[in-house]
Amino acid sequence: MEKTLFSLEKTTIQYNGHAILSDISLRIEEGSKIALVGQSGAGKSTLLTQLYEASNRDVALVPQELGLVRNLSVFHNIYMGRLNRHGAFYNILNLIKPTQKELINVRPVAEKLGLADKLFAPVQELSGGQQQRTAVGRAIFKGSPVFFGDEPVSAVDEHQSHTVLSTIMKSHKTVILSMHDVKLALHYSDRVIGLKNGVKVLDESTRGMKTSDLDDLYQE
Amino acid sequence: MLAVSVISWIYADIEIITQDPWNEVMRMVTGIVTPDFLETDNLITAIVNTIAFAILGVAFGNFLGFFLALAFHIRLVRAGCAFIRAIHELFWALVFLQVFGLSALTGILALAIPYSGIFAKVYAEILEEADTTSLKTISQSTGRISIFVFVRLPDAWIHFKTYSLYRLECGLRSSAILGFVGLPTLGFHLETAFAEGKYSEASAILIIFFLIIATIRKWSHAKLVPLYIVVSLMVIPWGLSDISITNVIRFFTEDIVPHPFRVSGPIDMITFASFFAWITTLFMDQALPGIIATIILTQIALVGAGALTLIFFPLISPKFFGFFGRTLGHIFLVITRSTPEYILALIFLLLWGPSMLPAVIALALHNGAIIGHLMGRYTESMVLRPDAPKGINLYAYDILPKIYRQFLAFLFYRWEVIMRETAILGILGITTLGFYIDSAFADLRYDRAILLIIITAILNLGIDVMSRTIRARLRLRTRVDLL
Repeated sequence: MEKTLFSLEKTTIQYNGHAILSDISLRIEEGSKIALVGQSGAGKSTLLTQLYEASNRDVALVPQELGLVRNLSVFHNIYMGRLNRHGAFYNILNLIKPTQKELINVRPVAEKLGLADKLFAPVQELSGGQQQRTAVGRAIFKGSPVFFGDEPVSAVDEHQSHTVLSTIMKSHKTVILSMHDVKLALHYSDRVIGLKNGVKVLDESTRGMKTSDLDDLYQE
Repeated sequence: MLAVSVISWIYADIEIITQDPWNEVMRMVTGIVTPDFLETDNLITAIVNTIAFAILGVAFGNFLGFFLALAFHIRLVRAGCAFIRAIHELFWALVFLQVFGLSALTGILALAIPYSGIFAKVYAEILEEADTTSLKTISQSTGRISIFVFVRLPDAWIHFKTYSLYRLECGLRSSAILGFVGLPTLGFHLETAFAEGKYSEASAILIIFFLIIATIRKWSHAKLVPLYIVVSLMVIPWGLSDISITNVIRFFTEDIVPHPFRVSGPIDMITFASFFAWITTLFMDQALPGIIATIILTQIALVGAGALTLIFFPLISPKFFGFFGRTLGHIFLVITRSTPEYILALIFLLLWGPSMLPAVIALALHNGAIIGHLMGRYTESMVLRPDAPKGINLYAYDILPKIYRQFLAFLFYRWEVIMRETAILGILGITTLGFYIDSAFADLRYDRAILLIIITAILNLGIDVMSRTIRARLRLRTRVDLL
């Protein structure tokens, strides 16, 4: 039995009197690779945010809106994953001119995600997929054992989705991803949580599961 | 608003005093069309000084303002910044002239101090509006400085640059104007040329001034700024006069102490009684008439600026004029808005003699051109329906109703600026607060001058608060980086 990292007990989240999550209970064990699936508006993002707040923000996060600093380069955005590990002076130094040491640290992350040639390009000049990979890079660079991603590959093409997802899986022990691509979700996770209208309707191991088994989630 | 202005007209002194204004107009027009670039002595030095004072004043004010912006959540800092920017550059110059004499420091501080208050306010607003979505992903243990420089600063930086460029343009105008109180900038030569009726020289100086302002985007690159600062520090005339420490100390410990306290031995009830009498006389004889004149002039000028805006903006709008017409419109508006109110007022003063009329026309023209330019630009992006009317019907039934709120927002925004300028125009002899302040300095009554400056600042703060309340109530928003 693995250690439980996060848990929710009968959690209900309301917004303007309308329940976004109803009565959710779940446990996240260390080492699990979880996919959150369901239609848009089913409550995936809210559930992920809820778990993130419960974690004291110590996990690596890729939010849906990415949260990049648009005027800064790919290098700086990835570097921001470890902003808390250095003093202000060292950080400012790297903002003005990246040091050799940090370049050696950051470059491999960018290379793995296919961003090596864009390392010094401002993020606002990149395509949607490249921006998304930069946000993943920052999360990976944080070096946390736990990774939360809200649709982290929605704008990335299929071939690169595999590279990005396997990099995420290799670099973190525990992973929770909300996904709209059911095939990718089943391929990379060992457990799938299905949400429908804010209610948890599915929570099973992905072993032997077929994509058609999830069809119910997407029916009105 | 309109009613207040009409009432103000009745009380305003707007007589044309000069004997034969048309003769002077003819001489002036002849001068304008025959600029003389060779006659003026030391013109190159004056140009260099004007630019150097502007660069150093804006740079120093920028630097101070940035750090003040970081502390802008403190009420005292906010109030202090509002106060220092409520006092016009020329009043600061008059104060520093008494402290540091005719030195470079006087010119730099006269620009840097009010500008730091303005920079602080604008920078604080920009930082407040910076995109902070990345904050969510950053670990909670990150230091505050690191978060500031990585999250807020990069987003604000580009706005800082845009605003600094605009401020540099204002700084060039202010720097030129500093010449009117004796500093060696273009205004000094301009005043001499006007006073001696050498209109060809004056015309040449103004043309050079317009060229400097018009080419500002060509030469003010961010990377060149450090170089400009170093060069400015080298060329600026530091040794105009030696700064005497005794002078500085005497100014603060004796000169500006109200007269009754200065002459009294031990401070007792009699001192306070005579102080009360002193302050009452000052208020009734000088401050009150000054305040009334300043408010009357401001209100007329504000409505005048509004009326002129409505005439000016179509001149540069593609909805009303073709390329050729718009180009003429642009040239007219660029000249009117680049010429400081002070210089416009001086020109009209020479024509019509000292009354409120020159000041009203100068303020209305300058501010009308500024708002007219912004509104004209605003109409560029408007999409008209295919069967929209043309000409005057388009103006009255389509464009004007659509831009009216924006127009009001900019007009109210300029209210405080117009009042600051109105007070300053007193130096030219119009009996607004600046007239009494200038006279007090001339009579070496620094205690009176300082008190009158403080009263002017308070009046300005009042208008600022009122304008902001009205804009908030009407839900009018003004983008700071547009102005």
